Amino acid sequence: MQESNTAIQAMDVSFFYGPNQALFNISLDVAPKRVTALIGPSGCGKSTFLRCLNRMNDIIPKTRLTGKVLINGQDIYDAKENIVDLRKQVGMVFQKSNPFPKSIFDNVAYGPRIHKLHDRKRLAEIVEKSLRRAALWDEVKDRLGENAMGLSGGQQQRLCIARALAVDPQILLMDEPASALDPKSTTHIEDLIGELRQDYTIVIVTHNMQQAARVSDTTAFFYEGRLIELGRTKRIFTKPKEKQTEDYITGRFG
Amino acid sequence: MSGNLSQKLSYQLLRLITYGIVLCIGYILFDVIRHGLPVINWDFLTSFPRRSGSEGGILPAIVGTFYLTVGTIMVALPLGIGCAIYLAEYAEQNRFSELVRLAIITLAGVPSIVYGLFGLGLFVIFCRFGTSILAGSLTLACMVLPIIIVTSEEALRAVPRGFREASLALGATKWQTIRTNVLPYSISGMITGSILAIGRAAGETAPILLTVAAFFLPKLPGSVFDQVMALPYHLYILATQHPETEKVLPLQYGTALVLLMLVLGMNIGAIVIRIYFRKKYKW
Repeated sequence: MQESNTAIQAMDVSFFYGPNQALFNISLDVAPKRVTALIGPSGCGKSTFLRCLNRMNDIIPKTRLTGKVLINGQDIYDAKENIVDLRKQVGMVFQKSNPFPKSIFDNVAYGPRIHKLHDRKRLAEIVEKSLRRAALWDEVKDRLGENAMGLSGGQQQRLCIARALAVDPQILLMDEPASALDPKSTTHIEDLIGELRQDYTIVIVTHNMQQAARVSDTTAFFYEGRLIELGRTKRIFTKPKEKQTEDYITGRFG
Repeated sequence: MSGNLSQKLSYQLLRLITYGIVLCIGYILFDVIRHGLPVINWDFLTSFPRRSGSEGGILPAIVGTFYLTVGTIMVALPLGIGCAIYLAEYAEQNRFSELVRLAIITLAGVPSIVYGLFGLGLFVIFCRFGTSILAGSLTLACMVLPIIIVTSEEALRAVPRGFREASLALGATKWQTIRTNVLPYSISGMITGSILAIGRAAGETAPILLTVAAFFLPKLPGSVFDQVMALPYHLYILATQHPETEKVLPLQYGTALVLLMLVLGMNIGAIVIRIYFRKKYKW
């Protein structure tokens, strides 16, 4: 266990969709309990890289990964690695909020239930705790039995965060979690990320550069499947070293 | 202006076609009900045919068709849905799975008499089931399987990928995901499509002609290895094989109406199921 200073260690990761290479030799360390933002223009591989971190790309046929991804020192692509345990440790929030068409309670309780927790009292505790952490409890506490599809877009996304938190992960992957939301809901989500950083390691993909600047400690700039620059967010946005990074953050392309 | 005119013309044409179809079906229904309704009474529904079908009721045919339908559902539904789940969720999408799909769609177009002969060869003779409910149900099941597989696969594919991803990302296994987050949302589509297909099969004559149907039976079937009478076959006999087809015309109408009601009942059942699940899981 390398609890000390890396939660995720990507080593020389390349990724292929069939014959097309989407990622080229990415090496990147993510510090625990920090927010790391992955930025870059559309199609630069930032989402693909994020999905490598909980093996979400496994479900896409004809894909292939080379290199290593270590989480807490364990190679998650090792044949012995249990993918269920991995995904319990590494939660994910998607771009398009995707609550299940079930009740609010059942949405949050879904994770614990599939991991064989059926004790009503424990489940109720976990649901409340998770919804509180996702800053949604006060809005929904009186209607936990209602269908989650009746919530607003921003509420749905916070529900998805609560659902991910309910299995008690250490790492939270967020794939453009606010890109489909209005400004007010976006602020909500960003505030929430600010709260969650105390307890979770967060990796967030965003193509909103202000957002990356506001919420993250570290920023990684991706371009055409390559990691161009990695550094403290403040430094990246004020004194980028690479020309491409500078061009992107000053809005010259992307 | 001319664009506007052709727009109006094509609109009227499409409307005419639709009305035409509704009118045809309406007339058939009207005709069957007008001639069939006077025949239907308690005695007609609950007694055995007398004098080789010239008098009496159609109870054994109703019971027979009911048994065949239930048998078909019990065989075809689990097999068809299972196959659809495999094709939609597990099978790798490659040449082979495409070939399987092509084969299934082709099977859906095979004439029903061919299924009848197939059932005769495989179930009646080779498996030694004899002409029986078992052989007939299996034959009908083979006939509806392709339709059930195709509609079920469509229903599965209609479930948004986001539900699957969210479930997998929480650490659910593939089967847990399918069971808790795919099947519940697609089951209504599967059941509706399947019941419509089975309703149609209930009215088929050719597949049961050689595998199960009896012209006349003095008693109700006691086991799955017994023969039964069936509504469509009974109708066929009365209409073409009976010495006095003119005289038994009202009975033909009565039988046709009962068969129609049975199929209609199943279709209404399918709609009710759909509404129930739509309300329960909407997105």
